[in-house]
Order: sequence, then C-alpha cells, then structure tokens
Amino acid sequence: MGKIEWAMWANEQALASGLILLTGGIVGVAGQFRGWQFAAYAVAAGVFVCLLEYPRSKRSKGTSVERTGQYCFTVCVKSFGPLTRNYYVRAFLHAAICVPGGFMLATVLGCVCLGIASLIYLAAAIRGEHWEPILPRKAETRKPPESIKKPPQNPPPRPPPEMRKKRVDDLEGAAYDNPIDVTANE
Amino acid sequence: MHSPVKVCSSFVVWMGINTFLFVWFYLFYDLGDQFFYTRHLLGSALAWARAPAAVLNFNCLLILLPVCRNLLSLFRGSFMCCGRTMRKQLDKNLSFHKLVAYMIALMTAVHMIAHLLNVEWYNNSRQGVYDTLSTALSNLEDTDNTTYLNPIRTTDLIPTYFAFTTIAGLTGVIITLALILIITSSMEVIRRSYFEVFWYTHHLFIIFFAGLVFHGAGRIVRSQQKTDPPHNTTFCKDHPEDWGRIPECPIPQFAGGFPQTWMWVIGPMVLYLCERLLRFIRYMQTVRYRKIVMRPSKVLELQLVKNGFKMEVGQYVFINCPAISQLEWHPFTMTSAPEEDFFSIHIRSAGDWTDKLIDIMQKLPEGAQGPKMGVDGPFGTASEDVFDYEVSMLVGAGIGVTPFASILKSIWYKFKESNPKLRTRKIYFYWLCRETHAFEWFADLLQVLEKEMEERGMGDFLTYKLYLTGWDQVHADHVKVRFDQDTDVVTGLKQKTHYGRPIWDKEFEQVRKENPTSVVGTFLCGPEALAKVLEKKCAKYSDVDPRKTKFYFNKENF
Repeated sequence: MGKIEWAMWANEQALASGLILLTGGIVGVAGQFRGWQFAAYAVAAGVFVCLLEYPRSKRSKGTSVERTGQYCFTVCVKSFGPLTRNYYVRAFLHAAICVPGGFMLATVLGCVCLGIASLIYLAAAIRGEHWEPILPRKAETRKPPESIKKPPQNPPPRPPPEMRKKRVDDLEGAAYDNPIDVTANE
Repeated sequence: MHSPVKVCSSFVVWMGINTFLFVWFYLFYDLGDQFFYTRHLLGSALAWARAPAAVLNFNCLLILLPVCRNLLSLFRGSFMCCGRTMRKQLDKNLSFHKLVAYMIALMTAVHMIAHLLNVEWYNNSRQGVYDTLSTALSNLEDTDNTTYLNPIRTTDLIPTYFAFTTIAGLTGVIITLALILIITSSMEVIRRSYFEVFWYTHHLFIIFFAGLVFHGAGRIVRSQQKTDPPHNTTFCKDHPEDWGRIPECPIPQFAGGFPQTWMWVIGPMVLYLCERLLRFIRYMQTVRYRKIVMRPSKVLELQLVKNGFKMEVGQYVFINCPAISQLEWHPFTMTSAPEEDFFSIHIRSAGDWTDKLIDIMQKLPEGAQGPKMGVDGPFGTASEDVFDYEVSMLVGAGIGVTPFASILKSIWYKFKESNPKLRTRKIYFYWLCRETHAFEWFADLLQVLEKEMEERGMGDFLTYKLYLTGWDQVHADHVKVRFDQDTDVVTGLKQKTHYGRPIWDKEFEQVRKENPTSVVGTFLCGPEALAKVLEKKCAKYSDVDPRKTKFYFNKENF
C-alpha cells in the first residue's frame, strides 16, 4: 500500500456529493418546495459535478483503475486543459458550486459533502497532485527475441587463400601464426 | 463484491426480515388510527419515513456483528452456512458487512427524502397554506390542556433552521455525513491504496452510533392519545372549529413516540466493545520468536510461541507489527501442525508491509529476538474430515498450497504417533502453480517428508505431483538438458515435475486403479472453477457398487 494520492479520495467524495446534490435537487423540484429554484440549480450543479468527476485520474504511482465507460468523459475533461488538470481550480470550483446548495434543506447535505470534497482537493493540490487522463496505450509490437541459433556472420579468421593451399612440398613454410588467438578462453 | 452472490439461506432470511419489517411498519403508520391526523398533514410520507427507519434499526444492529472476528470464532460454525475456507470465511463476513452497509445507505436515502417532504409539509401546514383542518391541527399549542401535533411551533421558520435546531434534524445530518464519509473512504480503490485513511475514517462509526441512539430523543413523530371522552376522528375531522366545544370532539391530545433505536443497537455495541477489548488483550500477550528463517525467493518463515495458543490444521492468524504500522493487521495461514509446540507462518513479499517486515528480519543479528508482534487468532474452522478418509486426494493451487503444509505435517505426525484419529493410509497430493517461485520452502518440506517416509519403508504413503502451469521455453530447455538426472530439476524432488495442467481423467483413473475398494476424499484449496471440475470428476469416477472406489468431493474446502 503506497502513499495515497488525496485526489483519489476527493474524487470519490466529489462524485458522491454530485449524486446527493442531484437527488436533493430532484426532491426539491418534484415536491415544489419553497426555494425550489435552488433545487433546480442543484440538479444542474449535481449533473455537472458528476460529469466532471466521473473520469478517474491516472495515478502517478501504481495501476489506475478506470471507471466503466469513462473514456469519452476523459476526452471531454481533458479538452479543458489546465482548468481541469489543476486541483486548485477544482477545489475553488467545488467550493463555489456548493454554496447555493446551503440555502435549502433538501440540498444542504450535498453542499456540505461537496465542501468536504473541495477541502480534500485543496490538500491534494498543496501536495502537488494533478489530474492525468487515462488513455489507452498503443500496443507495442513485440520484436521477436534474438535467436541464439543464428548462423555466424563472419567466417572464422583465416589467412589469405594462397597461404591456405596445402603445400605438401614445403610443410615447414606452410605453418603460420594465427593473427587472432584461436584457443578457447578458459 | 468480487464473488457472485450465492443465494445462501442466510441471505434469503435477511432479505425476508428486511421486507417484513418494511411492510409491517409501513402499514402500521399508514393505517393506524392514532396517526390519522398526522397523515392528514403528511400523507404517506410519514409511512415512507418510518418503514425504512425500522429496517435501519435492524441493519444497524447487524452491521457490527460480522466484524467481531474473535467472538465469531468462539461461536464457530453456528452462523456459517456455506463453506469454511479461510478466505471464504473472511470474505463472507466482510461481504455481509458490505451488503448490510449498502442496505443502510439505501434506507438512509429513502428515510431522508421522506423526511424532507415531511418537514416541508409540516412547515406549509403551519403557515396555513393547506386546508382548515391542517391549520387547526398545526395551531394546537403545548399548554395545560392541549398538546401539539406539528413539531414546527412557529410560523416564521425555514426548514433548514428547523433541521438544525431539533435533535432529530441535527443528529440526522451529522450521522448521514459520517455515513457518506465512511462509504467514500471504503471504496476499494481507497482501501487498497492507503489503509490508514480507510481505517481512521471508518471510526466515524462511533459518531454514527452515538447520533443514532439520540436521533429519536426529540420524539417528533407524534400519535394521537386516547382522551376521556374519546375524540371521534371520523366526525370531528370535518369540524375543527368545534373542538373543545362539543362533547364528541374534545381537543385531541398527542404525544411523541418512545425512542426505540437504542434497544436495537445497544447489544451489538456492547459486543463490539468486548471484541475490541479482546483484540487488545490478545495483542498485549507476549509473542516469542523461536526461529526466524529466510527462505529462498524472499520468503520469511517465522516460528513463534505464545502462551495458551492452540491451533488446528488449516487455520490462520492476524499479525500486527507496531514497528511497521500501528494499525495494520494481516492474515496468514499457519504452516505448522498442531502437534508442534510452536506455530509458524511463511510470509512472501507481497506489498509494503511484508517487504518492510522481511527487511527488518534480514537486518537482525544472529539469534536475536525480532520486533514486537501482536498475534490475533487462530481463526477459521478447520476441517477435521481430512483425517477421516482412507485415501485422500489433496489439491493445492498456487498460494492455496499453504494450508496443506499444516495438513501434511499433521498427517505425518499423527501417523508416527499412531493417532487413532488418523484413518488415512494413502495420500495423493497435487500441487498446481504457475511457477515455484516463493514456494521452494514447500518443496523442501515435501523433500523432508519424502526422506522420512522412505526411511520407514513407507515410500508410497505419499504420492505427489507438481504441475507447473506457467512453463516457457527456458524451462523446457532446462528440462531437456537434464532429463536423465534422478531428482527433478525444478524442485529437487524425486518425483518429476509435470508441465501444464493435470489431465484429471488420467489422475482419477490412476487413483481408482490403485485403490479399487476405498473411499477417497478430495480436498481442494484453490479457485472455484477447479472446484467445479473436481466435483464433476468425483461424481463421474465414483462407482455405484459399494465395494468399488467412491470419490467424495468435500464442499468444506479450505
């Protein structure tokens, strides 16, 4: 178990908050509560937070586990560049989004949860974490392993052909010193 | 959950109780006469809030129980329904705990939404938005001869203020928040990466239970009380302006319901406290190191001694090493036999904690005692059946081979002592693994047993076969070069290694041929898929004729 990246927990918390905001908003609108406008806002805010938080970030250390079908969300979120990459931005964004939720009972829980998520994101940002998209890796074509059974490229060291011809008449002169040592390395 | 939901009888019972509670309390609040006027203000949202509350009471009672592992192992066997493997049992307890947690989360959501509606409608009634009856009911004051129905006492309230100034509202928000934090930090991703965050946040359950117990103390769900003379609701509901002025309609009286949650949860809370105390006591008991051995492939063997520690075959313990981490307890199957006067565990390098432990042990001087250890356990129901069969087929796959170290040793000890409990005369042991890396210690054990058996002339008491399912070209080359050696090139054992998976038909044929009249027990510690295969083969090769071989696949696998 390595060091946690706080953003991992912030992400789970923010996603949960988005769902809670959404649910509270739906109840507020459907029940036509007083201040239903805040509930309508919470529905929109909840959906937005869920979309933003659904794609998990790539972990800087260790394997990242994707959420099902997050690829298209990853592409969308990635396209905002530094706005979504930086966790300070996310922390302040969530803090700002959660405030109107505090004005109505149905959405107050979503507000507090999102506020907590914002604080955890702040902690993550201070620790220097940032959001990385998880993109599918191109499958590298594996080179076939080097076979040890390749035939030798170079002929063994030999003297020039004139010297190699068998000179039966002059056996003494036929002997030569190999320029390269041919004894086995013990 | 990583295992498919087996429709276990306890699951069915649990869902049955949940459904019953929900329906019973729904009808109680939706049809009860004493809530007639309350329902007039709230509609069926009252019942929709109270029914999940009952289910919540029940599940909050249950949730503390599966995690009392010490207490559960004292009541061994009485709660378990299917299978008793170490992993399975641990998993089953935790799976049930998670299931109950999901139910709590779901019911909390329903309960909260219903109460949101209730608060809004109570508020509207108070402000006279609805009909005269509602206004009259809401206007009832808490004086000498009247009692109120609507918990919202003033007309200029906003729901949020009401929520945060009543006991029920405040505790409700706090404990729901605690629940959400517990759930988000328990997600698998978080749990596996940073145990501390999961474990610390999980202790918010203390706040959860404290708030839960006081949640009903405000008694804001009010029911109508009997008055003398009685208040005839069917008639009086249409004449609210005449209440107190005509004999049929004295002013209706209301009182709050007695808080009941504490009655449900106090028992498990006490039990859990005992569990934590027991863990602490066990943790404080001294554990002495008898021997510390570094095995090949970074496997650490620890032989430990603890006062009053009694184990059985195939059980596991939890180990804690404060020098590495105060909070982490890790389970390890014991590899020693009960006949030995110590217990041993083999620890492979499999993560931060194990790596650090191996590192510390490697740096210890010869003969020194290791760092302080806490040992909790033993846990797990041992299957004594493994000693009952004349002929046993034991199949260990991968890390599943570990309990078999304990079993094989115990069988050998029992044989040497002529223990009457042991009826085994022949063992076939099948060891399947991708590679023997990190299991050389087990091969050593088999070698020792092999030698001892030969010395006693019992060479064919134990027949074992190793199947390397993860072989590659390097292996094959190695084997080709050394095929004429006496001992196996991979394990050093006399019996040769096989490559690939076993052909079970051939194996069962061989066992049947060599034991034409015996009853054979098959035990597996490995994947489910293999269990299904073995079960089929057992059925296929068992003979109807009672004089011939019969195979029994033991569902109580390890």
